[in-house]
Amino acid sequence: MSLDKPYMDVPGTTIFDADMSRQGYHLNQFCMSLMKAENRARFKADERAYLDEWPMSEEQKKAVLARDLNRCIELGGNIYFLAKIGATDGKSFQQMAGSMTGMTDEQYRDMMVKGGRSIEGNRYVGEKK
Amino acid sequence: MAHITASVYTSHVPAIGAALDLGKSAEPYWQPVFKGYEFSKQWLRDHRPDVIFLVFNDHATAFSLDMIPTFAIGTAAEFTPADEGWGPRPVPKVIGHPKLAAHIAQSVIQDDFDLTIVNKMDVDHGLTVPLSLMCGQPQAWPCPIIPFAVNVVQYPVPSGRRCYMLGKAIRKAVESYDEPLNVQIWGTGGMSHQLQGPRAGLINKEFDQAFLDRLIGDPEGLAAMPHIDYVREAGSEGIELVMWLIARGAMDDVSGGKKPTVRHRFYHVPASNTAVGHLILENN
Repeated sequence: MSLDKPYMDVPGTTIFDADMSRQGYHLNQFCMSLMKAENRARFKADERAYLDEWPMSEEQKKAVLARDLNRCIELGGNIYFLAKIGATDGKSFQQMAGSMTGMTDEQYRDMMVKGGRSIEGNRYVGEKK
Repeated sequence: MAHITASVYTSHVPAIGAALDLGKSAEPYWQPVFKGYEFSKQWLRDHRPDVIFLVFNDHATAFSLDMIPTFAIGTAAEFTPADEGWGPRPVPKVIGHPKLAAHIAQSVIQDDFDLTIVNKMDVDHGLTVPLSLMCGQPQAWPCPIIPFAVNVVQYPVPSGRRCYMLGKAIRKAVESYDEPLNVQIWGTGGMSHQLQGPRAGLINKEFDQAFLDRLIGDPEGLAAMPHIDYVREAGSEGIELVMWLIARGAMDDVSGGKKPTVRHRFYHVPASNTAVGHLILENN
């Protein structure tokens, strides 16, 4: 019997459920390792070598190297874990969130100052805006 | 006997902590946020509790994916502010209340809520930002604090109904504690926000205001709202709002007492990616 996942039709949104967590375990634990300054230094010195210490998929490693957060999330990453990569890069949470929307930092910040992204047209996949 | 005198609800946006720590609170961007808490700081000085039971969520700080407890009560004597990757916040150490925490754990577990007991835990912005908003930048927090961490990171998170009933059980536990302590319960997180994917930046003011209205006047009905409504209407991270129902469930009226008085209500958009909401309810 299949599980109840009523959130699959929310546009531009991936819910980090038990299934995504299973797929993203090593990716997220790699991110967690960046909480330690010595690990951040080793990662920055040779990103690929550091990633190769983790049993992550090649797709996950490539997504991290490219800082493609949408792809990381698709592959089981969770934003609170991925934020450790941003912290290592010296990025703010707002810059990280903005990077997933196709907007520039300035465009995203302006949108937030003006009240954020509207809910209208953003409730269901395929909904008319 | 110990008694819950009031509940406080507030967002816990990390950028608010950073703004305060970096001395940016007077900047035009941040000024309206902190202004909304001026009343609250004075209120807390005038109504200083003996203990704060602080409901928050850990953001991949104390709990990695190695262990994901749904409800975790901090029973330690103290808790250190965590390094979340930007260095630890320059805020006081959090002093716990192991005796009351252990009492609550025993009572609530006997009431069918299977808590995880945590004797060692660093606390992240989810816990320290509400304290900063309500207390400013003191040398020490005003009283001992019992951290209560809720999983809202990995879905499914506990339901609103479950959180609300848990609040009721926490109230019963506090009321059965022999010392005459004045306890406040704080629910934190929210309001509408989404930090991930192409829909990042979502804010839904109508949802947030309706949530505040219903939290005050119809908590029972609000507790029945399914997860999907939070996710769809308030954003994937807006689901943090279920934690407010724990604090609301601990108020007297839920257990047959009088309706609470709304002492303060504040709402502002934005703080970084998030809508800031804040309420103070006093028991009568």
